[in-house]
Amino acid sequence: MPEHRLHSTTPLGGTTPRVDELPGFRIAENVGAALASIASRLNREAEFAAAAKRFFGFEMPGPGKVAGKTPYTAIWTGVDQWFVEAPFASHENVARIVKNGLGDSASVTEQTDGWARFDVGGPAAPAVFERLCALDVYAMPGSAASRTTIEHIGCIVICREARLQFSILGPRSSAASLHHALVAAARSVA
Amino acid sequence: MIINHPLLGPRDAQEFVYLGDATLIDRPDWQASEALDRFYEYLYLRDNPAGMHRELWFHEQGDRSWLVVTRNTVTHEITSVELARDVARARGRSK
Repeated sequence: MPEHRLHSTTPLGGTTPRVDELPGFRIAENVGAALASIASRLNREAEFAAAAKRFFGFEMPGPGKVAGKTPYTAIWTGVDQWFVEAPFASHENVARIVKNGLGDSASVTEQTDGWARFDVGGPAAPAVFERLCALDVYAMPGSAASRTTIEHIGCIVICREARLQFSILGPRSSAASLHHALVAAARSVA
Repeated sequence: MIINHPLLGPRDAQEFVYLGDATLIDRPDWQASEALDRFYEYLYLRDNPAGMHRELWFHEQGDRSWLVVTRNTVTHEITSVELARDVARARGRSK
């Protein structure tokens, strides 16, 4: 085996996750989560629901919702489709683990490196989101999620704690543009 | 324009992409003897009503669902929004 001395870089290109502390709003790059998408196969919805409950220990969330139990968090992304997050350290090959756990009723796709995740939050969060997207963030309860457009970039906004803590998943190739939009919006609020 | 998504509630029309007349759901049987004529009509002939129109919208920047939106083409008033999947299944389609 050749010896590779390779270092992983974050979506913003750094060697450590970037953190921006702005007045009332914190933006933190998060590289600690592995991601997979799950789709329940056609006409096997009941079989899938049972397999998912057995494997994850919770029922898959309904439209606009997030559900979780350590180590997994499931995010509804569409009809019969979800994203699943798990800690990267223990679940780097999350797609394989989930596929093995769910069996034939589900189609699972690796997503980890396709996305950049920013954990954002603070008292100014709703005001910042008002400037960023059409989503009614004020009305989002905790454990809710929705896909939307931020700076013309298709993103998934996950509400961890109502009006306070959010995660934004955006395409990794547009991470810098998304980060720029977040910083610009946060500065315009402050 | 706001589209009241059946699963997600009111959403800005910017999140959606418009496809066209909802009759596109009724794809002709390609094995029928008059299939050529049916496909000609399916592809090229459209009603162009000034008034109620059933049309397909795609929630691209949302949950990626296809919707059948009933819209008044004169006033832009939207009277009904259904999942295209439910509409197709109600017509006996399998997907």
